[in-house]
Amino acid sequence: MGTMTIGAKYKTTLKDPGTTGVLRMNEDKLAFIPNDPRSLMKLNVDFRTIKGHKFNKVDGSKPTPPLLNLSKDSDKGGGYMFEFDNVGNRDLCRDFVARVLGKHQGIVPPRPNAPPEKSVAAAGPEQLSSAEMERRMKLLREDSELQKLHKKFVLGNILQESEFWATRKNLLDDEANTASKQKPGFRSVMLADVRPSADGQTNKVTFSLTNEIIHQIFAEKPAVHRAFLDYVPKKLSEKDFWTKYCRAEYLLRTKNTLAAKAEAADDEELAIFLRNDDIVAKEAKLKIKRVDPTLDMEADAGDDYIHLPDHGILRDGSRETTDTDSELARRTLSQDLNRHAAVVLEGRKTDVEIADAKTVAEALARSKTETPCSSIADDASHERLLKVARMTEIEDLQAPRSLPYAPLCIKDPREYFDSQQANPLRPLGGDGRKARSCSLSTDDAFRHLMDQISSVKVNKLSCPVVQSNVALKVLNELNEGISRSRRLNLKNPQDSLLGRLPHRTRDELMDHWTAIQELLRHFWSSYPITTTVLYNKIQRVKDAMTQIYQKLQDIKESAQPDVRHEISQLVKPMTQALDAAFNHDLEQQQKSSKTGNKPNGF
Amino acid sequence: MKFDLEGLTVHFPYAAIYPEQHAYMGDLKRALDARGHALLEMPTGTGKTAALISLITSYSLTNPSRPLRLLYCTRTVHEMEKTLAELRLLFSHLPPAAARSLLALGLSSRKNLCVHPQASASAARDSVDTACRRLTASWVRDKAASDPDSTPLCDFFESFDRAAAAGDLASYMPPGVYTLADLRSLGRERRICPYYLARQMVKYANVVVYSYQYLLDPKVASIVSREMQKECVVVFDEAHNIDNVCIEALSVSIRKQTLEGAERNLRRISQEIDRFKATDANRLRAEYNRLVDGLAQRGNLPISDAWLANPSLPDDILKEAVPGNIRRAEHFLAVLKRLVRFLDGRLETENVENEMPVSFVASIHSQAGIDQRMLRFCYDRLQSLLLTLEITDTDEFMHIQTICDFATLIGTYTRGFSIIIEPYDDRMPEIRDPVIQLSCHDASLAIQPVFDRFQTVVITSGTLSPIDLYPRLLNFNPVISRSFTMSLTRDCICPMVLTRGSDQLPVSTKFDMRSDPGVVRNYGRLLLEMASAVPDGIVCFFVSYSYMDGIVNNWNEMGILQDIMQHKLVFIETPDVVETTLALDNYRKACDCGRGAVFFSVARGKVAEGIDFDRHYGRLVIMFGVPFQYTLSKILRARLEYLRETFQIKEGDFLTFDALRQAAQCVGRVIRSKADYGMMIFADKRYSRHDKRSKLPGWILSHLHDAHLNLSTDMALHTAREFLRRMAQPYDKTGSGGKKTLLTEEDLQDMARDAMEM
Repeated sequence: MGTMTIGAKYKTTLKDPGTTGVLRMNEDKLAFIPNDPRSLMKLNVDFRTIKGHKFNKVDGSKPTPPLLNLSKDSDKGGGYMFEFDNVGNRDLCRDFVARVLGKHQGIVPPRPNAPPEKSVAAAGPEQLSSAEMERRMKLLREDSELQKLHKKFVLGNILQESEFWATRKNLLDDEANTASKQKPGFRSVMLADVRPSADGQTNKVTFSLTNEIIHQIFAEKPAVHRAFLDYVPKKLSEKDFWTKYCRAEYLLRTKNTLAAKAEAADDEELAIFLRNDDIVAKEAKLKIKRVDPTLDMEADAGDDYIHLPDHGILRDGSRETTDTDSELARRTLSQDLNRHAAVVLEGRKTDVEIADAKTVAEALARSKTETPCSSIADDASHERLLKVARMTEIEDLQAPRSLPYAPLCIKDPREYFDSQQANPLRPLGGDGRKARSCSLSTDDAFRHLMDQISSVKVNKLSCPVVQSNVALKVLNELNEGISRSRRLNLKNPQDSLLGRLPHRTRDELMDHWTAIQELLRHFWSSYPITTTVLYNKIQRVKDAMTQIYQKLQDIKESAQPDVRHEISQLVKPMTQALDAAFNHDLEQQQKSSKTGNKPNGF
Repeated sequence: MKFDLEGLTVHFPYAAIYPEQHAYMGDLKRALDARGHALLEMPTGTGKTAALISLITSYSLTNPSRPLRLLYCTRTVHEMEKTLAELRLLFSHLPPAAARSLLALGLSSRKNLCVHPQASASAARDSVDTACRRLTASWVRDKAASDPDSTPLCDFFESFDRAAAAGDLASYMPPGVYTLADLRSLGRERRICPYYLARQMVKYANVVVYSYQYLLDPKVASIVSREMQKECVVVFDEAHNIDNVCIEALSVSIRKQTLEGAERNLRRISQEIDRFKATDANRLRAEYNRLVDGLAQRGNLPISDAWLANPSLPDDILKEAVPGNIRRAEHFLAVLKRLVRFLDGRLETENVENEMPVSFVASIHSQAGIDQRMLRFCYDRLQSLLLTLEITDTDEFMHIQTICDFATLIGTYTRGFSIIIEPYDDRMPEIRDPVIQLSCHDASLAIQPVFDRFQTVVITSGTLSPIDLYPRLLNFNPVISRSFTMSLTRDCICPMVLTRGSDQLPVSTKFDMRSDPGVVRNYGRLLLEMASAVPDGIVCFFVSYSYMDGIVNNWNEMGILQDIMQHKLVFIETPDVVETTLALDNYRKACDCGRGAVFFSVARGKVAEGIDFDRHYGRLVIMFGVPFQYTLSKILRARLEYLRETFQIKEGDFLTFDALRQAAQCVGRVIRSKADYGMMIFADKRYSRHDKRSKLPGWILSHLHDAHLNLSTDMALHTAREFLRRMAQPYDKTGSGGKKTLLTEEDLQDMARDAMEM
């Protein structure tokens, strides 16, 4: 992590002008040394006393200096405030502090009364970024159940922080993805269509432009953008530039062509805004070559010999004759709308924070030069062909191209099928799995299978795999169970199994159930045991499970006689699941004791 | 799949077929057998094109002794591309031996086919044509032969010329399907001119796909389609507007600019004549001698010299010598000067004049001393002169060409035309813009040679209702005339008539109501509500550009447009084709990426004419108003009068028919197949009247429930939501309840067997 030295101002309050000096930070301490050696504002603070950090948001709208506040106590707000020259420096500092704080807080649990876990830390403290930390905190805050589990297991010293989160990677990832990948595009609303507001008393109209609007104007009107880069600030000040722009907009809006012409003749900069946008026109020429041929009306115009100049019917009301020879643009709303929508579709290329018109203009120019000017239309372009094919085929006469199913994602298919094979056997023979501890070679298995198949062929399935009376019994039982629970559920939701239990018991049971799920997940995921860490974990988890098992038994014992049956029904799957885990553990232990003292050979 | 249709083996490119397509093919086959014309209306979205091309191709494959060729006419280039794509799909499903013997190609102008780096760079069609002529005209090439360094030629054309002389053009173009893009890349690869190659190969191709005008407009047709034989099947697809194309092909208008340009042209011609007199007097004398011999055209022109041909129909062109008084170049020039001066004088009028060609010709004769025969030969004489003077920049001479076209047409035809002189546009009386319009009223004139020349002409579209009107308008006798209905698996189209806005006040684009702010607001609210309820694409059609402009501006002022943009992006058709094309492309992108968009377009506009808004590109079409023609137009008045006198078609009937076919055409673009679905809203109170509504095609009417005839915005919104919810359910594609809407090969075999037993 190293150290960091940066120039900053130390402030005691927001209003305080601040003391200039140097801020020096390393992993444990931060120190501030004022430039003026006489000043008393010297600081030397241990990072462990810092509980959090805050920073202010800086955007172009207000002249706020970038600040960083390191707070001693998050509740009371006492702390150290630093002001930086620019946002970049502040952000560097902020990140450093976040890393250091994250490291400290990663070890020290957020609860002050929890015992410090020295032993765990020794096993390998994780290096957590503050962002990661924040994300976890946020998840816990938002999900009370998760918080409960976290409290129970992590603070109860049954699971480690990392173990707890390892199973919830996807939660964290989701958060991370949404945070970083989505970039805001342009808004659909036409901002560039600036509307003047008149105050109604004087002959004055007011245009208001914000940075967002300016950004959109630049994107939609490349000629204005170019003019801005050319003229500002060499020839015109930024303010003058926009005044001229607004003036031109106003002339266009009032459709005062005569005045527009006159003013354009006097003022060459103003004329730029009134003239047709040549950059857009040039782009259009390139783009037209790449459009889908099934909607290329330009090609159509090129094939039209009926509408030769002065041929065909001129004035039947379907066409309006327009004079296009005017040098000044007859820019219409429709053109603006089309242009706007096209720009919105293209999306925002730059991801700069909008600070002021100048930076926006430069960033936009940069992004434009970066995007390579794609080559002229390739006639054999595969994409165009595909587009046409897609536009012409009749979809329902054709068999669907790709079958609409999602592929099943199983990491190890063998595991899945093995478990599935065990499932149907279980209800039949009690412990059918154990009975058939097969040790057949593949050849034997294959021969056996072939025999089976041929016997089925001969006997015409007279002897089915499952005895019919057994199958019927199972089916009946299942049906009955379904219909019974359905009946109960439908009658009254309060009357369901859970509804009849006392509130306290119900909540308790639910809590236990989530806890069991969490523990079992960790339990099963640690097999096979290959390291001591896992071994220790299993032990811890097993202890916790035993406790819960006990508690479940207690609940069952202490239940009122009228609900005892229901409770035992509810508890049964839980205890069964736990039993299975214990059994597995026992088996493993036996196995390992057979092979040697060390479990699984470590 | 492959199946048997009344003894004909039909290859069809899909695994299943709609019953409509099967029936359609049956009728088409009967027409081909009878060697007569057919008029077939089939709903959009039932695969007309696929059925058509597979039947005709299969037909010609089974009768190799009678090679049947297909001339497939589309209205637009993009429809041409779609047809060629379907052909490609079909060819890939044909037996390999058959597919190897067939050639199909699209033909378009130089603008769309040229690959010469400089010539193709021009933006306008005229300038590409001229640039080509500058490089390929016979005199340019002669000059280059003597002086190769200073005269640039087109390498692509030279290699074409060599191949044509050697007679191995076919080796450049192996059988297959060639779209315009394929032709261009072939041209670039083999260094041969794709335009002339296509023009030549058209004679040998089994299927030619090109635009209507290549058959209907005599100016183009007599160059491109001259050598097509009788054994051709001509198909006019999307032919509901064919009468308009026909009359436009024979109409000319002359404005002030035209006359000024023509005067400029005449001055230039006179300079050229003087120059030739000084340097090469023999050439003019040779022309004179040729004209004395009665050869107006120089016989076989080199392919690159031909320019637009005679505007009158081939049968009406006089096969006799040019009259003596215009044989000499100077004399002809003087005649043209007098004609231009006369027209200029007529343009000075203060009020609208409407004249028949006979009286107009008579007044030309009395005032300018030009008789009818001279007028009739104007075009041929000018053409000969321009060739003699070796003029390459034809785009410059468009104006004098227009004048001669005009003269030839009025000299040739006495009926079915009228000449209307207007001092200004009715809607802008303050701007003086005089125009002389020669307008053709009789659509049958232009199409008649096509009916006479080819054995089978098929006119087909999704909107040909009332189907008995077209034979009268076009003056022909179809052997088959039929309107098909659509068998739908589910009610996947939902037409609605919206008569009232959300405030229960009627909405309409009637002239006295259209600018009412209440109506404007109600229309806006309708779109806004729908934009929030309907996913993906919405298309809106307005009655005219000016109306669309006005209402969009109003919506912008009212803030409705901003609200719509909260839900979807907005794109608009503009008179500029490039911009509109890009807008459409972006519209599709917006629909593809799920953002959704609204497209504003104009009925009778370019977009309405052939852009599909199928599937997610159009879940809803709103037709704002009834797209009547501008009824005060003098030309329309004259045409209506002619129709009433000649065909006894009532004015009101024709206007309603015309408006409703446009409306039906607009809304019909949402459906592509039976798996597709879409809603159509007719937003005008006039649609609820029976006399208007009943002119809609049957397949729309049959889905228009009585409950949906008089809706207000909120009710329409409710219906739309219900409909969309219903459409989201899974369904059985092959149809249920006894009625099959999708036939497989086995079904067809069963049907054939049943027919045999009966």
